[in-house]
Order: sequence, then structure tokens, then C-alpha cells
Amino acid sequence: MEAIFRRGRPVSAPLLEASGLAREYSLPRDALFRRRDVTRALAPTDLIVRDGEALGIVGESGSGKSTLVRLLLGLDTPSAGRVLFRGHEVTGVRGRRLNWLRRETGVVFQDPYASLDPRMTVGRIVAEPLVGLRIGGDHAGLVADVLVKVGLDPDMTTRYPHEFSGGQRQRIALARAIVHGPRLLVGDEPLSALDVTVRAQILELLRGLRDTLGLTLVIVSHDIGVVHDLCTSIAVMKDGEIVERGATTEVLSHPAHDYTRRLLAAVPSLD
Amino acid sequence: MSLDVDGLTVVIGGRTVVDGVSFSVGDGDRFGIVGSSGSGKSVTALAIMGLLPDGAVVSGSIRYDGRELTRLGERERAGTRGRSIGMVFQEPRTALNPIRTVGRQIAEPLRIHEGLTRADAWSRARELAARVALPEPDLLLRRYPHQLSGGQRQRVCIAMALAARPRILIADEPTTALDVTVQAEILSLFQRLTRESGTSLVFITHDLAVLRTVAEHAMVLDDGRMVEEATVERLLTEPAAPASVALLAAARATAWKRSFDGGAR
Repeated sequence: MEAIFRRGRPVSAPLLEASGLAREYSLPRDALFRRRDVTRALAPTDLIVRDGEALGIVGESGSGKSTLVRLLLGLDTPSAGRVLFRGHEVTGVRGRRLNWLRRETGVVFQDPYASLDPRMTVGRIVAEPLVGLRIGGDHAGLVADVLVKVGLDPDMTTRYPHEFSGGQRQRIALARAIVHGPRLLVGDEPLSALDVTVRAQILELLRGLRDTLGLTLVIVSHDIGVVHDLCTSIAVMKDGEIVERGATTEVLSHPAHDYTRRLLAAVPSLD
Repeated sequence: MSLDVDGLTVVIGGRTVVDGVSFSVGDGDRFGIVGSSGSGKSVTALAIMGLLPDGAVVSGSIRYDGRELTRLGERERAGTRGRSIGMVFQEPRTALNPIRTVGRQIAEPLRIHEGLTRADAWSRARELAARVALPEPDLLLRRYPHQLSGGQRQRVCIAMALAARPRILIADEPTTALDVTVQAEILSLFQRLTRESGTSLVFITHDLAVLRTVAEHAMVLDDGRMVEEATVERLLTEPAAPASVALLAAARATAWKRSFDGGAR
């Protein structure tokens, strides 16, 4: 993090920078005149993601992984702190005024059975970011190109999601996430709902896309194998805090935090 | 005690989902059923439990202690469920009744199967909660499922399955929905329970690394057919059937090998 600042101004801003980012939720009242209790989903957190980095966010359920990712993408409003994307403010900007960020980012979710509209054809699903973000050009051509990139037949645009297997659906979801040429691809447990054999194929695909398109990745996963394979760096979360952050090989071979050690020790092994 | 499945075939909606599967589980055995999704693992388990959906056509034989289960009527079948064979499902959230306290849900089968009084059933529920290492049983047994964590809910489901002292426990992907640290705790709970009580275990999973921690012997299903039966050690080192080879290759592709000593544990 040295040599980035010159006369107090960033020379080249990191792709993503969060400072003091926090999120609290107030719980329902126990009684009418009692103050609401507050639960802390994310403690004040600083995080920098650089161009070309592949960051894996690991931790147990409820540790704040998804909260962090939603805040980074401007999908939720923090209780405190701010997010900058290439030096531009994300926090506090809403709706269409955040379209510039949407163009730079793509998201894949866990369950390809829930994330695709069953009433839309594959062609419409994949073209949706182009339409929603008012991106011009030859939509049909862009959709056909991206389908090839994710290993699907470009002629399947008139078919519906139910005609596809889980793995193919996740490929469709990936096509939708990258059709508009984002710099950053975010995956929230993108492999967890998939069958073992399919998981290996989609992992391979993600790795290929990362390399050929030069995507920066932020991958939320509880699967250490996936993070080990795909990510250059790791953030380990526990109870709403990042307890350890570092290069993947370093963290996995020399875990410093006690929780990281317990997490890694719990991974069942084939040998 | 033994469970002998011979030529089990299940047809649902005209599609053969399980096709001529045979295997035996003896006293204290820890047997695994492995395969990718749609291979027929869960349907095999549901057929043994007699819990298949209406319209499913079962042929072949399922014998428990020499008694043919497929020919029993629903009443008699219900009597063996829980008492002879208990089952734990994948998703502990949906396996529990959301509007009853978990203590009542553990105690209920005891009152039905063993005719215990309310007070006796409750004290047995407390013992069971202790056996599955549910923390603070007096407090947690009075809670509703949504007030427990995923791991606590799965412990409750295991306690329920063990309540009527079954001789065989069938577990269908019981740790797939859990965090890896919680998974490790639940897996060691299964090891301990089967060792302590001599209960046989039939463990269904798609994860070979998980299989290795709980089973000695396993069969591999592919498209409803049994393609290999072998020791788990052999499946992990020299798988023979193409489906077994593919499963192992996929597991290896996403596996991470720990290179430090594991720390505090």
C-alpha cells in the first residue's frame, strides 16, 4: 500500500476501496417503549481490491460475507463508512445514477434455479444488462459471443431456463454477468448449489474467464478448495469482521488467526 | 440385525429412477451411498423408509431382519420407521415443524412408539439432547426451530432419529447445508454415536472427502444403477467404474490439501 499516494492524492485509485464500512440492523422491539436492539452484521471494515486481483471471502454463515459484498456493489446502504470504485463514490448514490458502477460490475448468485426468470428466454435473460443499462450496439451479436465464451451453443437463445441442467443454468447466469464487459465479477457462492462434477467444470470456466478477459474477481465461498484454486488473495471473516487478509498461498499454509486455523482444520480431506 | 436390499427398482412417473440395486448392511456397519445428483441415492433411502411419493412403483426386495418390508401395509410400515430404521435429512430447517418447540418434536415419537408419559418422554428428550451434544438442553429444548443455528437444528434432527433407538440410521447428505466447521462437529458426532451404541449407519453423500470420515464400505450409483461396491479406501485410490473415476476426479479438481498441522485441534 506504499507509493500509491503522491502529495496526498491517489496516483491510481484501486479498483475497489472500502473504509470504515459498517452495517447494523435494528431488531424488532421487544416491547412498545423499549429501545430497539441493534445487531452488527459488519464491523467497521477497511478493504482494498486491486485490478487483476482475485479475492476470496471465506467464513461461516452469518459472518458478514454477503453483507460486505452487497455494500461493495452499492446494493445496500452502510450504517457508516464509504466505498470507492476507482476513486468514485458508490455510497449514497442510488438508482440510475449508479449505472456507471453496474456497467463495471457483474454478479453471479448461488442458485441458478432461483436467479433466472423462468418466463424469459435465454436470449432475453442474457441481454437484460444491455437493455437495463442502455448499452447500444448489436445485442444479438453480443449475446451470441458471450454464450460461446461460457461454453454454450449460441443458437439456444429462444429456449427457456427449465430446458437446462443446473450447470448450464449457471453458465447462462455467468453469461448475463459478463455480457456488458464488466471489470469486476462478483460471485456469491457461485459453485455451492452445483453437483460435484459440474462444480469442477464451472470452476474451470471461471478460471478461464478470469485469465482471458482480465477480470478482477471477488468470490464469496465457504469452499476452501474453490478459493485455493481461483483466488490470489483471501479475506477470512468471523462475526462481522475480517480477521485475516493475505495472499492465498500464505494464508492457507501459515494461517495466523486462530479461527482461520480452526476453519482450515475442519476441511475434510481426500488423503 | 441386517438390512438386505435385493434388486431394488423404483419407477416414478414412468422413469426408472433406481434400477436393480442390491446391498447389505450388517450390525455396526458404516455403509456409504455415493453418486452425483440424480443418481438415485435419496430415492434408495426413501424406498427403504417407505416414504416414496404416491405413484412410485417399487419392485425387488427390502428385508429387515429377514422381514420383507415392501409387502407391509402402511400401518405396520409406520411401526418400523423410527424404531428399526431412523432417518436424518439434508436440510434441518425443513425437516422440523416450525410451530412446535424442538423438545416436543423429540419427545413426540417416544410417546407414540414407546407409550411414555409426557414427563418421561421429556426426560428422555433431555438425555438425547445431551447425547447429541446440544448445548444448554434445558434452554434450547424449549425453543422453536428458527431460534436455533443450522448445526443445532441438525443435532435436534439426529436426536429425533435416535429417539426410538433404531438399529439403523440413514443419513441423507446431513452436512451439505452446514458450514465446514459445523460439518466437522456433526461428522464426529455420527462417528461417536455409531461407535457407542452399535447402530449401523447408511450415509448418503456426493462428497468423497466426507464419505471417508464416516464410512468403511460404499457403493457408487450412476443413473440409478449400482456401478461399484468397494471399501472407501479403494474407491479413493483405485476406483474401477467410470462413474467412480469421474467422481474422484471431480473431487480432486476442487480439493485443497492441508499443508500445515491443523493447529489447535
